[in-house]
Amino acid sequence: MAARMPDAPGLELIAGELNEAHPGSVLETYHDRGQACLIVDPDQVLGVLGWLRETPGQEYRFLASLHAADYLPAEPRFGVHYELLNMARVERLRVRAALADPGDDALPEIDSCAEMFPTADFQEREVYDFFGIVFRGHPDLRRILMPEEYVGWPQRRDFPIGGEPVIFTNTENQVPRWYE
Amino acid sequence: MVRVTEPTLHGTAPAHGGDRIAHTEATVIGTSPIEKSGLDPGSIDSELLTINMGPHHPATHGVLRLLVSLEGEVVRDLKPIMGYVHTGIEKSCEDKNYWKVIPFVERMDYISYYFQMQAYCGAVEQLLELEIPERAKYLRVIHLELNRIHSHLVWLGTSALDLGAMSMFFYCFRERDRILDMFEMSSGQRMHTRYFQVGGVFEDIPVGFAEKVRAFCDEMPSRIDQYEALLTRNEIFLQRTKGIGIVPRERLLDLGVTGPLLRAAGEPWDLRKADPYLSYADHDFSIPVGTVGDGWDRYRVRIQEMRESVKIVRQAIDGLPEGPWIADDRKVVLPPRHELSTSMESLIHHFKLVTEGFRVAPGEVYHPIEGPRGELGCFVVADGSAKPARVHFRDSSFVNLQCLRDMCLDEYVADMIQNLAMLDPILGGIDR
Amino acid sequence: MRREKIRALSPLEQPRSPEELRVRQLRARDMLRGDLSEEDLEKFVEEAVMPTRLEKVLNWGRANAMFPATFGLACCAIEMMSIVSPRYDIARFGAEAMRASPRQADFLMLSGRVSIKMAPVVRRLYDQMLEPKWVISMGACSSSGGMFSNYAVVQGADKFMPVDIHVPGCPPRPEALLYGFNKLQRKIMGNPDPGWRTRYNARGTEEWARDVAITSGGIAEYERAREIARAAGDPDANGGPNA
Repeated sequence: MAARMPDAPGLELIAGELNEAHPGSVLETYHDRGQACLIVDPDQVLGVLGWLRETPGQEYRFLASLHAADYLPAEPRFGVHYELLNMARVERLRVRAALADPGDDALPEIDSCAEMFPTADFQEREVYDFFGIVFRGHPDLRRILMPEEYVGWPQRRDFPIGGEPVIFTNTENQVPRWYE
Repeated sequence: MVRVTEPTLHGTAPAHGGDRIAHTEATVIGTSPIEKSGLDPGSIDSELLTINMGPHHPATHGVLRLLVSLEGEVVRDLKPIMGYVHTGIEKSCEDKNYWKVIPFVERMDYISYYFQMQAYCGAVEQLLELEIPERAKYLRVIHLELNRIHSHLVWLGTSALDLGAMSMFFYCFRERDRILDMFEMSSGQRMHTRYFQVGGVFEDIPVGFAEKVRAFCDEMPSRIDQYEALLTRNEIFLQRTKGIGIVPRERLLDLGVTGPLLRAAGEPWDLRKADPYLSYADHDFSIPVGTVGDGWDRYRVRIQEMRESVKIVRQAIDGLPEGPWIADDRKVVLPPRHELSTSMESLIHHFKLVTEGFRVAPGEVYHPIEGPRGELGCFVVADGSAKPARVHFRDSSFVNLQCLRDMCLDEYVADMIQNLAMLDPILGGIDR
Repeated sequence: MRREKIRALSPLEQPRSPEELRVRQLRARDMLRGDLSEEDLEKFVEEAVMPTRLEKVLNWGRANAMFPATFGLACCAIEMMSIVSPRYDIARFGAEAMRASPRQADFLMLSGRVSIKMAPVVRRLYDQMLEPKWVISMGACSSSGGMFSNYAVVQGADKFMPVDIHVPGCPPRPEALLYGFNKLQRKIMGNPDPGWRTRYNARGTEEWARDVAITSGGIAEYERAREIARAAGDPDANGGPNA
């Protein structure tokens, strides 16, 4: 029922070949419940994606999705996920670039793959908008869904969810109204 | 590079503070035809007029703002600005336990709500390694395909309305009400039914549902014939859609476009056939593929998809197996109510499930399905607690919107409306 | 017996007993036959014809020929589109001409969640509408933020613009929306729905009134709120029979 992904030995083979072509790129492999993921070094992510795209036998030419997740408190904090798809074999592979938070107001940076996969244009902007991850080389990195001058990175785990407290009749006196 | 100055409401300062990375001004992505033609952008013959369309506009399908640079009536550049209905659903989902996420994600792409439910429930079931019973699979497929027809009907009604064919709107909404009657019969709600549950479907279908679905399937093909009779050989419609908005197939694949847009361009890619999930492998249907990829092909592909979906619904309701409609695992699925008065374990399970919810072992999964607009994928990260750590939807409209610029470039501004209509964007899915 | 003074109902809307109904029937029969005498004829005309004060006629015209401004933001927009469809026909109330331009529209059917990026746009469009204008806030999200209590959604459109009718639901059924629309029509015609506490003579049953001994600070707040409402002209702000 699930999407077909390389099995565990297949994943290890891919990781091995990738480490030969780009030494030090694959930090770990993750295979659980049918999901195959390569955890790569963010500085070499373009090499990894290019290798996976061009190498005969791999040829994951379709970037189905580019998204990020905040794994706070685990380190490295951010993971930028690239969901790759090979349409001929109907096989998917996930590449996660494990990006650390530089701390202190600096924004984490990673290379943009918008030239290799034009579909990444809006999706990288969305990741920037919600996590503050800067994609070097992106033609037009601006906020996409939040207002242009919004301050803060909403989908980081330490960003508050916002909203208002719900006022019940018996707490009406304690919660100040908007006209007060 | 031709600069397109972008009027923003509150000034042009970037959000990140301005001194950390270079200030990115709005620039045209790629080479525009102005550069290619060699014309001097400052000369009077090539004066660009930037107009703002939206966010409130009768023709946009939702609140989409377009900054269009026109040279005369020809579109030279197009920049979509989104976010006007951004609801922070993905962030809200991190705060709710797994069941409570389902009503949230339903409301993303608000026309194909069953598809979001399926993508999310499928992802969670994969994380739990939970098998759902056959009857649940068939019921899910029935509702999904009915929702696909519903989505295409709303698309057809509103797109024809954009192009000026007002009667189509009334015909399509007449059929849409029939489909919503069926949804109301099975779940009690017309829209946003929250019918799918992790493990199957929430409730079995009532008596009379199968007859109603069969009656609908018997009548629907003749209704689709009525729609085709209005539009398919209509001279005005043909002139407006034929040859307009063609994007080559390779470019669409580069842009990540899936769904009827890709199929109209000639690529036979449909996840229901390529990687069958639920009970799609048991049904006999074909996927319509176009040739040229213009507005006409997109219209034909969607009309034909409606017919194929009727076939699938008919096969599914005829072949509906008996059995449970939800999985048996009491750690994840509510026990049947009659057991609560007799079995202590059921009571405890019920209590734990309703108050805290079930816990999912740490892991992450990406579960893609074929939505009416393309690949709808749900990415869930579980961290061992009762709440998901991250829920992200790869929404098909969001990615498909990137091809709007390619579709509209160097064509008339009136064709831009038609391209937007044929693109079928749903802003709830784009903005989430 | 102290009864809340409900705004005077027009003769057509006053409740009638079966005897009165019979008298009216006979009178109508006589009129058709040409048998009514002078005063009876005058009384008949006065009661059967709509009272002709100019304001009432204008309000009747406004209520029955409204142009909605389509403001479909999200899911509720689809149900709003379906009230134009033949099954839930809003054309029977005269409001099927949905105008996109705010300058041509009478009322704003705000349907869908208002995000923080969209709020200034909605306010600007509301300001562009010409008087008299009304707002129906359709659905839970525009009435109160709905299920989305987070950073991105304005918790109710009445935080930044005046709203006349809130229609609950997620999304409200088209029938519910039409019911809300009918309430708006009543409001426009000068006969607003007084609310259930007035209709059932239940003023004084509010929680704050019952728990007066416990929340003693609360009375002053409500007095102040009621003063504000009365100054603004709210007809229901007179307090109940206990006030």
